[in-house]
Amino acid sequence: MTERTRKVRTYHEVADPDSEDIVGQIEAQRSKLVGRLADIDRLVVVASGKGGVGKSAITANLAALIAERGRRVGAIDGDLHGPSLAAMLGAERTPLVVSEHGVEPAVGAAGVKLMSMDLVLSDGAPLEWRQPEVAGFVYQSTLDTGAVRELLADVVWGELDFLLIDAPPGTDKLARLLELLPVIDTLLLVTTPSEAARRAVGRTVRQAHGTGISTIGLVANMTAHECPDCGRSEPMFEADGAARLATETGLELWAEVPFEPRFAVATDAGRPLVLEAPESPAARELGRLATKLANATSDTA
Amino acid sequence: MKFLCIDCDEVMTFAERELPGDGTLAAVFECPDCGREMAMLTNPMETKLVSGLGIQVGGRTVPDQPLELVRSSVTTGDEQAFADLPLTAGTVRWSEAAAERLQGVPGFVRGMVKKIYGEYAVERGIEEITPEIMDRARQDLGLEGM
Ligand SMILES: Nc1ncnc2c1ncn2[C@@H]1O[C@H](COP(=O)(O)OP(=O)(O)OP(=O)(O)O)[C@@H](O)[C@H]1O
Ligand SMILES: [Mg+2]
Ligand SMILES: [Zn+2]
Repeated sequence: MTERTRKVRTYHEVADPDSEDIVGQIEAQRSKLVGRLADIDRLVVVASGKGGVGKSAITANLAALIAERGRRVGAIDGDLHGPSLAAMLGAERTPLVVSEHGVEPAVGAAGVKLMSMDLVLSDGAPLEWRQPEVAGFVYQSTLDTGAVRELLADVVWGELDFLLIDAPPGTDKLARLLELLPVIDTLLLVTTPSEAARRAVGRTVRQAHGTGISTIGLVANMTAHECPDCGRSEPMFEADGAARLATETGLELWAEVPFEPRFAVATDAGRPLVLEAPESPAARELGRLATKLANATSDTA
Repeated sequence: MKFLCIDCDEVMTFAERELPGDGTLAAVFECPDCGREMAMLTNPMETKLVSGLGIQVGGRTVPDQPLELVRSSVTTGDEQAFADLPLTAGTVRWSEAAAERLQGVPGFVRGMVKKIYGEYAVERGIEEITPEIMDRARQDLGLEGM
């Protein structure tokens, strides 16, 4: 038998940096993102864990309202595969100017600065990545996370009082978004009174507690429906899931936004309800939510 | 990853990168002591995994461009999505053949590719970009899929 005694130094015994310097390059990406967000006073994430509860509609209306009140507001559509913020903020589709400083954001209702995949994808096309033919799905989340990082870091946001981020549904995607962000001033969790929402959002609350975000507000959406004939307010759901969720989690219910048909009609057409019908019950409640948000975040800042 | 020349017990250094254009990549490493060279060949999946992180093997050679990953990897982008401002660093000419080849690049990423080649040329004092310069820049800069 031949003797084999050669000993190769181990990875950690070799002090030289890695050939590809992955760590260095990732750190560079990170510091670019941190630098870009440094001029932003308050970072607010609007999430849920449940789909279709009104995250985007509430983000769009809050952004427009806060901007209307004279603050500098930006909004990011974190939902790459179901973007809706650009349409709800009525952003015009013109080529985005790219300079050496980055990509200039689009401008939506009330002057909100906006970035969304919707603005760069071919009209109506889904987001598709160039990826290997075999097992392309393996890369999907890496690419998605990279894209969200770029939406945050490569856009010329300038100085902002608020940057609102519309998070995609699902705790997995939310986790990746939260990981990317250096600080989060406020997390707004949107829910409805339904039992299904209570369960799904409950999971997100647990997830959020694990990340150490200090300020979390619950927003109950589509709580009541006002009868157009008699004006009586009827609950939309028999369950009181939102109130239960607040009790179970010890979180405060920051707003209860009623269901209003014209909320969807106006917002989905790019005219946020808070601008179109500021005196409507839902808009007034969103106004209270905006005030609450401004006060809450300044307390912790 | 580190490459160690066992005979010299020295870490090999990155020397050059080659992109055959089929999604694979060759990265050449060299021992600073004995000069021995070796090539690391990655398959398309490995290549993509690294580029998907926004990372270049051997370290970055071009400053990263705004929305670089999105622009170089999304296949369903709008041809008119971006308006790239011209180079600020200097001016270069594009030969007819090079300009024609550039037109073959999807509009979604064309402005960015043009800027990268332009900066490459300006940095090296190249006055006119030709298809040969484009090939060289692609190799030197590791521009996979652009
Ligand atoms: N209080 C409300 N009254 C009436 N319509 C509403 C209300 N809140 C939201 N909507 C409408 O409900 C629909 C779904 O809302 P939205 O798209 O904001 O949900 P989402 O949580 O962002 O969904 P997804 O999980 O798919 O991102 C939209 O048409 C929106 O305008
Ligand atoms: Mg949405
Ligand atoms: Zn050697």
